[in-house]
Amino acid sequence: MPLLEIKDLTHFFGGLRAVHKFHTRIEPGEIRGLIGPNGAGKTTVFNLTTGVYKPTQGQILFDGQDITGKPPHEIGRLGISRTYQNLRLWGNLTALDNVKIAFYGRIRYGLLGAFFGLRGRSEEERRIDREARELMALLGIEQYADMVVSGLPYGIQRKVEMARALATRPKLLLLDEPTAGMTPAEMEETMEFVLYIRKTFNLTIWLIEHKMRFVMGLCRWIQVLNFGEIIAEGTPEEVQNNPEVIRAYLGTAVT
Amino acid sequence: MQQTSTPSRFGSLYGRIRARFQDVPISAWLVGMLAAVLVEALIGRDLAYMLGLGNLPSFFGLSLIFKKWTLIPSIVVFIVVVYVLPALGAVYLVRWAMHRWRGARSVAWVQRIPTRGYIIFNLAFVYVVLHFWAASSDYRLLVLRLLGVNIILTLSLNLVNGWMGEFSVSVAGFMAVGAYVSSVLMVWGFVNDDVFGPAVFPEAWAPYAFPLALIVAGAVTAFTALAVAIPSFRTRGDYLAIITLAYLFIVKSSIENIDFLGGARGFMNQPKVADSLLVVFLWTVLAVWVMHNYVTSTLGKATSAVRDNEPAAEMMTVNTRKVKMVAFLTHAFWSGVAGGLYAHIVGYINPGSFGLVKSAEILGMLYLGGLNSVTGSVLGTVLFTLLSEILRPLKLVKWMVIPVILIVVMIKRPRGLLGFQEIRLPFLERRARAEEEVSHAPAGD
Repeated sequence: MPLLEIKDLTHFFGGLRAVHKFHTRIEPGEIRGLIGPNGAGKTTVFNLTTGVYKPTQGQILFDGQDITGKPPHEIGRLGISRTYQNLRLWGNLTALDNVKIAFYGRIRYGLLGAFFGLRGRSEEERRIDREARELMALLGIEQYADMVVSGLPYGIQRKVEMARALATRPKLLLLDEPTAGMTPAEMEETMEFVLYIRKTFNLTIWLIEHKMRFVMGLCRWIQVLNFGEIIAEGTPEEVQNNPEVIRAYLGTAVT
Repeated sequence: MQQTSTPSRFGSLYGRIRARFQDVPISAWLVGMLAAVLVEALIGRDLAYMLGLGNLPSFFGLSLIFKKWTLIPSIVVFIVVVYVLPALGAVYLVRWAMHRWRGARSVAWVQRIPTRGYIIFNLAFVYVVLHFWAASSDYRLLVLRLLGVNIILTLSLNLVNGWMGEFSVSVAGFMAVGAYVSSVLMVWGFVNDDVFGPAVFPEAWAPYAFPLALIVAGAVTAFTALAVAIPSFRTRGDYLAIITLAYLFIVKSSIENIDFLGGARGFMNQPKVADSLLVVFLWTVLAVWVMHNYVTSTLGKATSAVRDNEPAAEMMTVNTRKVKMVAFLTHAFWSGVAGGLYAHIVGYINPGSFGLVKSAEILGMLYLGGLNSVTGSVLGTVLFTLLSEILRPLKLVKWMVIPVILIVVMIKRPRGLLGFQEIRLPFLERRARAEEEVSHAPAGD
């Protein structure tokens, strides 16, 4: 059974058709790639999957469950998490708090516990603190835990965002251009990092990326989106040599 | 009296003072304050008379500067003799005693008190100091009780304007609802009144029913706040400011037009249940404790996540709508409770006392103290109140001086005195940490 199955997904922004009849089947453990020129609708597909927008038409099944139209915080609890193309950290908080807040869906005390500090709360807070620090240690950023996140270097912020995404205990992780703004050397490192977290946290990964080397190195199956429609899909080699894809990226020759 | 964690740009003098007093526990400062207060009670009146200050000055004689500047030397002498010397003497004495009997049984016993007990002990101490300080004049007592009310208001407003990052101006409106609801309940229950008829319950029960009346008042206020929360939390931005402003005016003109509440003439005869400092002190401590608990819990910190980036918070499993509701309704609840306290402290309320000016005053305290800070809200309220009392002789000019001071603070420290930081108490933190390491008993931070 696929972990994520999307059927016939169409979305309009007003009169603009952003996504048209998108479909996919992602198997557990896979690293799937989604590529396409700017404005092709890749991020919109991610936003539809995570519930930011309610699709005009179509169905999204996650782990055998229909999640179409559910709000993001419920989808997050079911096991989908993501990072953003432009970092969306909570800038005024410490790196540790950024990770801790992502435990929200699994906190085992209620409002009364929060207001009156009953016994269950301090145990739970200790557990969250420990697990968040462990998670940060696994990503090698534990020494930044108590620093305010907006003051950290870009690369560290990326890792904090990753730690935060992992703190919700996802089964499926969506990465929106994980190497944006990186040098080739950093990109190589990130490739290994993605493989590392997939293995450590037993993840399925779906990623948007522009850098061909990155996608080719990680994904076995790639879908290419242009003007909201899938124009090609296949193995990296097949996609790379597909004339439609080349045309989408480079345009047609003027004759 | 507490050491703040402000950066060391106050120069080496500040640094030296800080270093010298860093290891002084809070209790020693409290002993010092108690000594000052007792010295004042003993010789304050006579000394003030001898120095030509007239009666015992209510706020350290500072406001006399504006009445007659030639009194400045006398005021300095008065402050040094009555407050500074006894306080420092006591602090040094306690420090010496701690050194002398280091490791003694009784000292070790004090150090083994769990953090929570230690905090309660110190709060009780604070109360004793305030009690003695207020004993000398009704004016001080009134100011202290209103200070407690303002602390609750400022901190609860901080939840929305600080942690949640929206802008609410309806504090005074919430206060009004709380004030009127609790007043009606108490007058109906315990006072023979023309409108509400004879007292329903014996008057002796009033002090015990008062907390209940306050909680009901808070709950009713929170319920009316839903009318603001439900429409405005679908979006972000300036909507909340506009809707809360509307709420404020609707509440005010509604009360003005409800006859059995006395309309614009006001409402009085509240039973005297908030005359003692203790009642207000306990409510203030309760409010600060509850809100502090909330904003330091992971559940409460999610409020800041909503402020910094709402879509990301929503994706990271935070139920953002619920988080916003809780913050806003908590703000309304405690503002209602504070309004109820206010009504019973002054014993007379009218719609005019809950106008936009009142909201602006609380906003001033909030931004002076700093957003996102529990201790900042307390500090801001205390400073603002002190300033307001000290500058009282300036009359109308006061409301030109205070805004100028606020503007200067905003230029020097744009986030307020303690924006996004707390006063740290190293002594208490060390104690809590040690406790955490020894056993896994709950730490009251």
